[in-house]
This record gives sequence, C-alpha cells and structure tokens, in this order.
Amino acid sequence: MSQFIDRRLNPKNKSAVNRQRFLQRFRGQIRKAVADAVAKRSVTDVDRGEKIQIPTKDISEPTFRHGQGGRREVVQPGNKEFIAGDKVPRPEGEEGGSGNRASDTGEGMDEFVFELSREEFLEFIFEDLELPNMVKRQLAREATFKSQHAGFTSDGSPSNLHVIRSMREALARRTALRAPSSDRKRELEVELAALLTGGEPDEERIAALSEEIALLERRIRAVPFLDTIDLRYRNRIQVPKPSTQAVMFCLMDVSGSMDEVKKNLAKRFFLLLYLFLTRNYEKTDVVFIRHHTVALEVDEQDFFYSRETGGTVVSSALELMKDIIRDRYPSGDWNIYGAQASDGDNWPEDSTNCSRLLIEDIMASVQYYAYIEINNHEPHSLWMEYEKVAEYWPNFAMQPIYSAADIYPVFRELFKKQQA
Amino acid sequence: MSRKPLSEGSEWTFELLQSYDTEIARIAAGFGLDTYPNQIEIITSEQMMDCYSSTGMPVFYPHWSFGKQFLTVEKSYRRGYMGLAYELVINSNPCIAYLMEENSMTMQALVIAHACYGHNSFFKNNYLFKTWTNADAIIDYLVFARNYIAECEERYGVSAVEELLDSCHALMNYGVDRYRRPPALSITEEKHRQKEREEYLQSQINDLWLRTVPKKERYFQEQAHQFPAEPEENLLYFFEKNAPLLESWQREIIRIVRKIAQYLYPQRQTKVMNEGWATFWHYTLLNRLYDEGLVTDGFMLEFLQSHTNVISQPPYYSNHFSGLNPYALGFAMMSDIRRICEHPTDEDRKWFPDLVDTDWTKTLDFAMRNFKDESFIAQYLSPKVIRDFKLFSVLDDDLNDELEITHIHDEDGYRAVRHVLSDQYNLGNLEPSIQVYRVDTRGDRSLTLRHYQHHRRPLGESTNEMLRHVRRLWGFKARLETVDENGRIQKSYECD
Repeated sequence: MSQFIDRRLNPKNKSAVNRQRFLQRFRGQIRKAVADAVAKRSVTDVDRGEKIQIPTKDISEPTFRHGQGGRREVVQPGNKEFIAGDKVPRPEGEEGGSGNRASDTGEGMDEFVFELSREEFLEFIFEDLELPNMVKRQLAREATFKSQHAGFTSDGSPSNLHVIRSMREALARRTALRAPSSDRKRELEVELAALLTGGEPDEERIAALSEEIALLERRIRAVPFLDTIDLRYRNRIQVPKPSTQAVMFCLMDVSGSMDEVKKNLAKRFFLLLYLFLTRNYEKTDVVFIRHHTVALEVDEQDFFYSRETGGTVVSSALELMKDIIRDRYPSGDWNIYGAQASDGDNWPEDSTNCSRLLIEDIMASVQYYAYIEINNHEPHSLWMEYEKVAEYWPNFAMQPIYSAADIYPVFRELFKKQQA
Repeated sequence: MSRKPLSEGSEWTFELLQSYDTEIARIAAGFGLDTYPNQIEIITSEQMMDCYSSTGMPVFYPHWSFGKQFLTVEKSYRRGYMGLAYELVINSNPCIAYLMEENSMTMQALVIAHACYGHNSFFKNNYLFKTWTNADAIIDYLVFARNYIAECEERYGVSAVEELLDSCHALMNYGVDRYRRPPALSITEEKHRQKEREEYLQSQINDLWLRTVPKKERYFQEQAHQFPAEPEENLLYFFEKNAPLLESWQREIIRIVRKIAQYLYPQRQTKVMNEGWATFWHYTLLNRLYDEGLVTDGFMLEFLQSHTNVISQPPYYSNHFSGLNPYALGFAMMSDIRRICEHPTDEDRKWFPDLVDTDWTKTLDFAMRNFKDESFIAQYLSPKVIRDFKLFSVLDDDLNDELEITHIHDEDGYRAVRHVLSDQYNLGNLEPSIQVYRVDTRGDRSLTLRHYQHHRRPLGESTNEMLRHVRRLWGFKARLETVDENGRIQKSYECD
C-alpha cells in the first residue's frame, strides 16, 4: 500500500543556502556587475533587482574529459541518404551533430546569467559603502504599513464580524421586507372584522379573506431573522506608515575638473540619500541642479553625463535652490534635504556668499544638508566657509571623500536620528 | 469489460490518487512487478526546483554548485524553456517519489505508474542496484553526511570545506569501485566506525611515511618496491587512505563524496534500461487501465500526448537533436522484446531463438534484472529497432580528413551498429581511464597518475585545472602521464 504525504506546506527555498554559497563564491564578479549596473541606472531606480552575467568559464566545474582527436565511432539516429562506406566532410566546430546554436535571447552562451533579487542587489551596494547593519536593515526594508479602521464592509472574515451592526441591518431588512405584507394584512383584517360583525356574512368573501391573510402571514414568517446580506464586518485597511513627502536637492559642480570618477562617487552619495528618503517618506521628489558659473535645473541624464567647462560659482546653485524651494516646495508641506557634491573649486569671492545664503536662508527650511568634497587634498575657501555653517547649524554635515566607503559618515547623524 | 471510470476531470484529489494507485498496484502485481513500498509526496514546483538542484535527494549538504544548478533550472523554468520533470524518484526503501502539485490527474497517474512501479521495481531488482546500493540506508547516510559536513564547516570554516568539496566533486567519477563490492552502509555502524577509522588511518599513514625518513641506505635498496603495488583506479579512495597531509575530517569528507558517487554510479550505467523499463510499464499499465474501462478517452489522449513527447527521437540533423534519447531507445527495445516473444518474425527466430515464443513477462523480467545499458544493447538490440531508428555509425578518425559512415541499418551492418552502440554506453570508454600509477615515497612524495589512452583519444582542456584538484587532495606535486596503447608516454602534465 502506498503512502501519500502532502509536503506542499513544507518550506520551499531549501536551496536558499546553496544560492547564498553561490553568491558568496562569485562575490568579486557580482560586485563588479553591480557597480556597472549602478553606473547605468538612475538614482531613483536603484530599488530593484538586477540581471547579473558571469563568464561561464569562471564558474565551470571541471572533470576529466576527452579532448578532440583520436579515433571515435558513434551511432546516430535518423539516417537519410548514407550507405556504408560514404565519406562526409567533418563538420566545423563541435563534433557530433548537435553543433552550437546561437541563443535567440541575445545572451551569449559564454555568459552565465541570473537574477539578483532586490535585497541581494542592495546588499552588494551597501557592502561597498560600508554601511552599519542597523542602517542596512532600515534601508532594505520594504515600505511599512499600518493597519487602520476604515468603516464597515459587507464581507470579511468571521473574526471581524460586527454583531451590533449586523443585527441593526437585519432589523431594518426585516422591517422593510415585511412592511407591504403587514400593511395589506392589517387592511384585510379590518375588512374581515367588519364582515363578521355585519348582518349577513358573505361566506365566500370571508373564506377568500382568511385565505389571503394566511398567505400573508406565511409570507411575513418567510422573511428570515438574519440573512447573509445583513452581515457587517469591521474593515481594516493597510496604510503606508509615514505618509509624508520629501524633496531631495542634488547639487553638483559640473565644471571641467569634475571627471567621471568623481561624478560616480557623487552618484553613490545621491543614491544613498535617495534610498534613505524613500524608506522614510511616502513620496520623494528629486531636483537636480548642476552648475558651473550659472546654475540650471536639469534632468538626471544631463545632470550626470553632460560636461561643461569654465569657472565655478557655487552660490548660483544655492540661489536657484532657494528659488525652487520658495516656488514649489514650501517647507511647511515638504521635508527638504540638500545634497551637494563638488571638488571644492569656487571663485574665492563667492564662498562667503555661499555660507551667507546657507546660514540665512536655506538651512532654516531644510531638514538636513550634506556636502561632500571629492578628492580634494587641500581645503579651499569654500570648505572654510562651510565649516562656519556647520558651527551654526547642527543639521549641516560635510565630509571629504576619497572612496565610496567615506560616503556613509556624512549621513551618520541622519541615520542616527531616524533610529532614535 | 466496462466499468465506471475512476474520474472524469483533470483535477486530482488525494482520494483519487489513492484509488488510481490502488488500481495501478493491482495491475502491476498481476504482471509480477516486485517493488519497494511507495512513499508518494506531493510538492510544489518551487520545491521541485529545490530537489532538482541537489542531485534529487531529499537531504543533501550545501554547496555553491547546487546554487548554480538551481539558478539555471529556475531561469529556464521561469522563461518557459523547460518544463520541470513531472516526477523525481529516489532509490530508497521505501521508494520516495515526488509528484508536482501542478500536474493534472492524468499526469499524476502517469507518474505513479512510471516512477512508483516502473523505476521502483528496477531499483529493487536490477543486479547493479542490488549489488552496489543500499536502498535501506541511503537517507540515513545522507543525514549523517549533511550533519558531519555542517559540523566541519563550523569547526574548520566554510571555505576550507568548500575547497575540499570542489576537488572531490571534480573527481567524483573517479571515486567509484567498479569491481569490488562496497560494504553495506548503516548509520549507527558508520558513526561508530568513523572514530575508529580516524585513528587507524592516521596510524597507517604515519607508518607509510615513516619510511621517507632516511635511516639506512641499505634499507631502501631492499624496499625498492613500487607504491602502490597495483595501479588504483578509485582516486578518491586512494587519497582518503594514503594522502599524507590530510586531516581525519578531510578523509571523512572524501569518503562521503565517494560513497555518494558509488550510490549514483548504477544510475549512470542504466539510463537506457531504467527509463526504458519505466516508460514501458507506464505505457502498459495505463493501457490496461483503459482496457478495463477505468479511465476515459480524454485521459488516454492526454496521456498519449505526453508519452509521445517523451519517446520522441529527433534525427541527427534536426535542430532538436541532442543525442540518442534514452527514453526512446529504452522504450523501443523493451517493447520490441515483448513483440519478439509474442509475435516473432522469421528474422527474430534467426536472431533471438531463445526469446521467441517465451512468456514475455518472464523474459523481460530477466532482461531487467541481469543487464546494464552496455550489455543490454549488446544482447537485445534487434535489427527491427535499428531499422526503426535508422541507426548508422560514423567514424571520426583524426588521421583521415573526412568522416566515414562505417555501418548502416542493413543486413551487413546490424551486428556492427549494435556493437558500436553498446560500446557507446560503456562508461569505461566515455571517461578517460586514469589511475594512480606511482608515488615517489622516497623522494619528493610526488604522485604520478596515468591516463591510458583508448583509440588515441587525448585529454581535454580541463586537464590542467583537474590536476590542481589532484594536487590539492594529495598535498604534494602531482603529475599526469598520457600513455598510448604501446605503453609509451605521449604527453605529460604537471602541477607543483
């Protein structure tokens, strides 16, 4: 007798540990692929998985095999025209008949391709940025929801049944459905009583009336005490928890001295702030402002990939940011975050303007302002001026950056505050 | 005979599975199929992918290569390139078979007939499985192996264990005894003996290498014997017993991989027979169900469609061609044996005088019990099957510029085609023959392997990488010599 066992509810993902082992082993290749992916992606598009390709030869498992050559005789099926003794030219490439067919998916056969899940993808990014575990968890978390009362519905689970509401519905329905019959019955009863007390009772009429009254009584009784349509359930809905909005200003110097490497570091910096904001706010806008001597609001493509030459006037960007805040993002409605990346160059006369703008106008309306100076080994006037701002405003952070690992300290305060 | 069908629709329920199983079991017993008890487990497609990726076993130790396997399976499944196998069956007692939740009732019945009665009876009765595997102990042993390896990972680090497993897996095909029967597996004994083995082995190793410390010159002249005295083809066994530097846990892990390789070895030698047998029986059993009126026409149509897919054999020039399909060849040969017994032609009388007019169930049962692919084909491949498959043999000799069609499916070719095909299923010809030849016990402890060439076929590109794995297990310099049929060394590889 066979025994049947239902294993469908057993945990799946028995292979998860093998998958982790695999990712661990090819960490180097995957990290490189992730870095490439980050460079290609938009800042606002970082929150999903990625297709990773690894050269097949790197992950092959060798065994002892025969190589080409020597003498071998094989049997094949499906002979069409051959007879014994025929000679045929040796097919190119692969031996045997199968050959190497091109794949129709656009992926070469030389690549081992697999999907990295969103969590795994973020894990690899964070590893580079050397984020503390607390922060990683916070960022990798999906948006949290809070369950909230939202009135009543006509279907739901029995545990949410609302008895009083249901009884009230039942009463209303009974009253409504019985009303026409009751009215009619009352009329007939009056008529019947009149007939019975009257002189000569019309037997036929009395019988008809009695019958109709009996019918109406049956009809009244047939209305059920409680019907499924009466049932009312407490309704609970899921609402995203912090239902607030934030805007993030990305300010970057695009003068000639900002090369691709510096821009990539800056991108990591903006990306981290963006991830933080999307975790904490329901809606996050991003404003990109690039500047050399004049500032311009641009889309992300232009922000990261167009290059300008010429001098640098940082205050132009701050002016523009101030205007945009005033016009579009009133600080009462929006949580405003500023992130500025630069290599520290500025017209010396302009630096005081910058600190003045920040201290007097901008800092009052923003939650947090972070400034990174990339690959600059001797501080310029801008750095000195910004140090003054940091003294006035505790929510101003600044940091010189030489590698991706230096980015996180800029946000240290920010993440700490959130955890409290 | 007309009875009420067991079910009409395509939905399955546990009650229906039960009743199909009861009927199939009754019919199978009527044909004399001898099986282990069945343990049939219903799983989801995700769980099926999990099983797939670790050699189909319900318990297995973790390794990155299974993760890679899983990713491959998952990708092609998600994209719809590949359906998952409908079933997976494990050579254990009770015989564990997995059915997928997504299968229709027809498919479940097909799988029950195929796996739980076809494969199951093959596992229980084929001589290779009977001799070389222990169906009673395998699950326990796998549990032991997984726990032992987990313990090693904890104690010696994941990467140390992983490196060792990489090397063992690479040499897995060289970890089987082909002629010696391995001792039976038993979990309690295994645990008990493992301790003893550790101590004993270490003392043996010490003894062997004590001789490497020079004492007296004369001693060595007397001891100028070669070690090992006989070439050893079970490389993993040799490393486990003789590698000087391995620690006892490493020897135990080598042993685990070796035992599992040994357990899987019969399956590699009986692909055609095993699948042919199971396919023949699901076909026969379900047809009988239909004859008895227990299944509907719709059931039969669905069954025949998947059956036909399973046994299709595209010709060599087709885009879908990927070698001979073991299901197709096996099914054709099994059915052909029945045909020869029941309705022999003059040709069959000439070729198989012992088979004609015998009881086909007995004849087929004998064939299933006493052969492996190689000998099964040599014994039973009939001219009719050769003609049906239009088999022909091609000679690829690097001394000639062209391929030569040596034999085709005609009167002159039958025997030769059968011979070549039989050789093609000889694992000894498929894998390069590599054996431990010599250890320099008095010098640098280097190990020499020898590759005995067959038909002048050289080793492939992975050889240098493989030698690094050998080097890792042996612990000292490793050398590999390719020796031709006249005993001359053709090529030599080395890894310091």
